This record gives sequence, structure tokens and C-alpha cells, in this order.
Amino acid sequence: MAANVALPAPARKNRLQEKVLSHLSVAAIYLILLLGAVLVFFPFAWTISTSLKSEQQTLEYPPTWIPDPVQWENYPNALTARPFGRYYVNTTIITTLSVIGQVISSAIVAYGFARFRFPGRGFMFLVVLSTLMIPFHILIIPRFILFRHLGWLDTFLPLIVPNFFGGAFSIFLLRQYFLTIPLDLDEAAKMDGASAFQIFLRIILPLARPALGAVAVFEFVSTWNDFLSPLIYLSSDRNYTVSIGLAAFRNDYFTAWHLFMAASAVAMLAPLVVFFLAQKYFISGVALTGSGGSKG
Amino acid sequence: MTAINAGRHRVQSARLREAINGYVFISPWVLGFLIFVIGPMIGLIWLSFQRWDLIGDPRAVGWRNYERLFSDRLFLKSMEVTIVYGLGRVPLGIFVALGTALLLNNRRIKFIGIWRTIYYMPVVLPPVAIALVWMWIYNPRYGILNSTIRQVFGVPGPRWLDDPTLVLPSLMIMAVWVAAGRNMIIYLSGLQGISSELYEASAIDGAGYWRQFWRITLPLLTPVIFFNLITGMIDTFKLFSQAYIMTEGGPRNQSLFFTYYLFQKGFEQYQMGYASAMAVVVFFIIMGLTLLVFRWSKAWVFYEGELTGSN
Repeated sequence: MAANVALPAPARKNRLQEKVLSHLSVAAIYLILLLGAVLVFFPFAWTISTSLKSEQQTLEYPPTWIPDPVQWENYPNALTARPFGRYYVNTTIITTLSVIGQVISSAIVAYGFARFRFPGRGFMFLVVLSTLMIPFHILIIPRFILFRHLGWLDTFLPLIVPNFFGGAFSIFLLRQYFLTIPLDLDEAAKMDGASAFQIFLRIILPLARPALGAVAVFEFVSTWNDFLSPLIYLSSDRNYTVSIGLAAFRNDYFTAWHLFMAASAVAMLAPLVVFFLAQKYFISGVALTGSGGSKG
Repeated sequence: MTAINAGRHRVQSARLREAINGYVFISPWVLGFLIFVIGPMIGLIWLSFQRWDLIGDPRAVGWRNYERLFSDRLFLKSMEVTIVYGLGRVPLGIFVALGTALLLNNRRIKFIGIWRTIYYMPVVLPPVAIALVWMWIYNPRYGILNSTIRQVFGVPGPRWLDDPTLVLPSLMIMAVWVAAGRNMIIYLSGLQGISSELYEASAIDGAGYWRQFWRITLPLLTPVIFFNLITGMIDTFKLFSQAYIMTEGGPRNQSLFFTYYLFQKGFEQYQMGYASAMAVVVFFIIMGLTLLVFRWSKAWVFYEGELTGSN
């Protein structure tokens, strides 16, 4: 406790040594972090570089980073080789509706779990959590048959409608967050004659904005990037999503890497823009799941 | 008396109203669970005893699909590939993510927000685009990786995705590139939740960095590691786009991941009954593995609640 008061000479020398060492280790840490960042950026940079090269230049050895000449026309060429504009519109429709459905329905369900006592609540919440542990890919066959019976194949419905029934992960995340909102606020509103639904709309939802934002961005990314479901449910070209279109594009031309990279760069654009606009929701959402998940 | 009865009555009806409200609010999930989980599960089990190509009528075949399953070399291969991949990729991912988080969890490291953003970025990208980009990087002839190897060492590089022994490690590296950032943030928030008093107390006892790491940091992070282990395991069984886009299960079926094989059987060969039997068996395998990991976790996962008596 009183270590700072009077240090004997050897201890002071030790301190100095420690200081130098720790400066060195901070420098080493920065170096490692920088290397990591380079590794993260490298595939992006290579994608952009390739996307602006001529086909010949992509096959050159040794490879060069600077495209020469810069072939801007790769972008229009790639994006018109298949109707990527259409794919972008389709994906935007599917994703927007899925996000809306997921956020609204999960918030309603999470509110039910967080604020009301009813028989079987604990058990049902356990069921919600256990569905997190099922890889739902094992259900693709019966679900495909279900949607076939409904006549929904080759429409956006199988991709959108299930999101209107709440997602286990979103419910879990929102419930954890709702539990941190003080009950006093509910009680006060109840005194003023507010109904359960009014409390939900006027008190819970406005206060839970960070968690709602996290659910929305996670749902955005997972729907935008989904590959297996649209691959199974969508069959005609005009209904394709960006991911399915990209996969089909690769099958059209086997080695047009400059065009593949241009199309890939465009496919990455929307999620990246959303990420940069809403990064705080991503980061806080991930941190929330980690700490929430660990408490199980 | 009547006043008390009326009061009790009022309490009871308030309870009832609360319960009804609760059920109404959770009803969307209950409905969705019945329609999109329980219904399909029952359908899956029923289908697994049928033979059906989607065109004619399903025909009951008893246990035949299951019998076929255990002599299907490709199915066994797909289990092997999926499990081997998981055993490599999950620990590797934990190591990289935890390591990065430990580096960042230092008071003297600045711009944590920027580092977090950079490392998280790949997580949001479409898997199909990522697959194409990495195929190009791994391209044995023209890829940047092998060109660099040739330039620096003067020897031709390996064939990466076309090499039966290297295909899984190559895919693991790519997967770590994608997911490390997300897991790193989870670890970082876990690290920041550890009270500094614990470190101060042990510093007074003369514990150095590594001693503190083994005695305090790692035990308190075990719940997060456990969470990471479970999600990593489940993600492994969902692996699909890499196989579909990059390798088509090859070379020599060395990347025939379970979901890809399920897709082939169901949606390319239209063996709905057989594919369903596969899914049923894998469902039980995953359940078994999860239970096993949960059991095992009791031996090493440490909950702070155990210490303080609260949770």
C-alpha cells in the first residue's frame, strides 16, 4: 500500500526495467494487431484490385497489385451479364420484410416472457433456448414440402413469413434486455391506466432501442447473406437473390475472375454499408449475446 | 368476510388476466414453433420411413432407409469430414479470437473501437462472395498465395482446395478469417467484465501476468469459451456454401460436409425419404454431442455465481 513512499534503490531500478519492458510489449502488441488488420484487409484489397484488371492481367506472373489499364467497364459488364439489379431489388424486398417481421414479433414474444407470470413460462423459455441448439438445416426437407403444399415455391414467402413468428435468438436477446428495464416504470404507467400493450409500445420499446437495433442488424445480415434457403425455394431467374445470382454467375463463366471479383465486390457493398452505419448495434449486440449466453 | 373474499377474488382475477396477457404475447412464437419446428419434425420422422422422389406417392419402406445409411460410405465420409473439420476449426477459432481479445484488453492499447470494427468486418459479408474471393486467392496457378510462394521461395505452392489433405485446413483458415472478429468481441466483453479487484489482490500476492492468466482470466472466461464451443459445433453442421461453391465436396469427397450431402440427396437426387433418415440420425448425433459437451462442461466451466452464492 505504501510502496510509493520510499523505494529502496534496487526496487527503483526494477521499476525502470519494467517500464522499458512494458513499452516494448505495447509496441509488440500494436505490431501484432496491425498484422491482423492487414490480414483482414488483404482479401478485400485483392478483390478490388482484381475487379479492375483485364482478364489477361489476372493471369500474369508475377501478379501486380495496380490494375493497368484500369478496366472500369468490368463493373457494368459483370452486373449486366446477369440481372444483378433485379437480384439486388429482390434481396432488398426479402430482407426488409424479414427484418420488420423479426423485430416486431420477437419483441412482442420477449415482452410476454419478460413481464408476465404464467404457468409453463420457465419451461417454454427453455424450449426457446433449446431451439438455438438445433441446426435448422436438418429440417429443410419437410419445410420444403410444407411450402410446396402451400404453393409458395418460387415466391419470397418461404423466406419472409417464418420471420413473423419470432426468432429464438432475437427473443432471447430482447428478453434479457427487457429484464434490465425497471419495473417501476411499468407500475407507474399502470397507475395511469395504461394497458399491457400500451406499456409495451410507450415504455418498453423506446427504452429497448439498442437491443432492437441489434436484432434488426443481425437479421439483416443473416437474411441478406442467406444462401441455402433461397437456393432451395427460388427457381426462376427473375426471383433470385444476390447470393444465388452470384453462384449462378460463376457457373456461367468458369474463369472470368476479374468479373467474379467485380460482382463479389458489389455483393459485399450493401452489408458493408449497413455495417458502417450501424456498427454500434453490431458490437453491443454481440457483447450482449456473449455475456447473456454465458449466464445461460 | 365478504370483503376478504372479494379481495381474494380480485387478486385471482388479476393473476388470471396477467397469465392470459402473457400467453397472448408469446402466442406468435408458439404458433411458429408448431408450424415451422414441431410440424416439420414430425414430417421428417414420417418421411424417413418412406421412399419418395416428390413425383409419385410416398411409399412406406420401414427401416430400409436407416439400414442403407450405415452402409452408405459417402454418408459415413460426410460425418467424418464434418467432425474432423469441427475438431480443427473450433479450437483454432477459440485460440485466435481469445488471443486477439487478450491483446486488446490492455489499458495502454488505444483505438479499441477501430480495431474492433476492422476485425468484425468480414462477419457481415455474404458467404458466396467470400467463397469466390478465397477461391481466387487459393487458385493453384494464378492465385496470389501461390504466386507469392513462387516469388519468395522459388517453388510452386501446394494445390490448396484441390489437395485432399489441404482442403479442410484451407477452409478452416478462411472460416477463422470470417468469424474471429465476432468471437473476439464476445471474449473482449467477457474480459472487461472481470473485476479489477481480483487482479489487484493477486498482484499484491506477487502473481505475474501468466499466473494471473491461468488462475483468474481463463477460469472466469470458461463460460464464454463454452458458449463459443457450442455455437462453433452447431455452425459446423450447418456448413454448406463453401462445399457448394468452392469444392463440390471434393477432392475425393474430402470436403463432403453433412449439409452439402443432405442437399445433394434431397434436392439433386430427390431421395426425400433417404435424406430425411440422414437428417434424423444427425439430429440425434448433434443432441448427443451437445449433451456430452454440457456434461463435460461441469468439469471445467466456472460460474462466478458458485463463488458469491448469487447468480
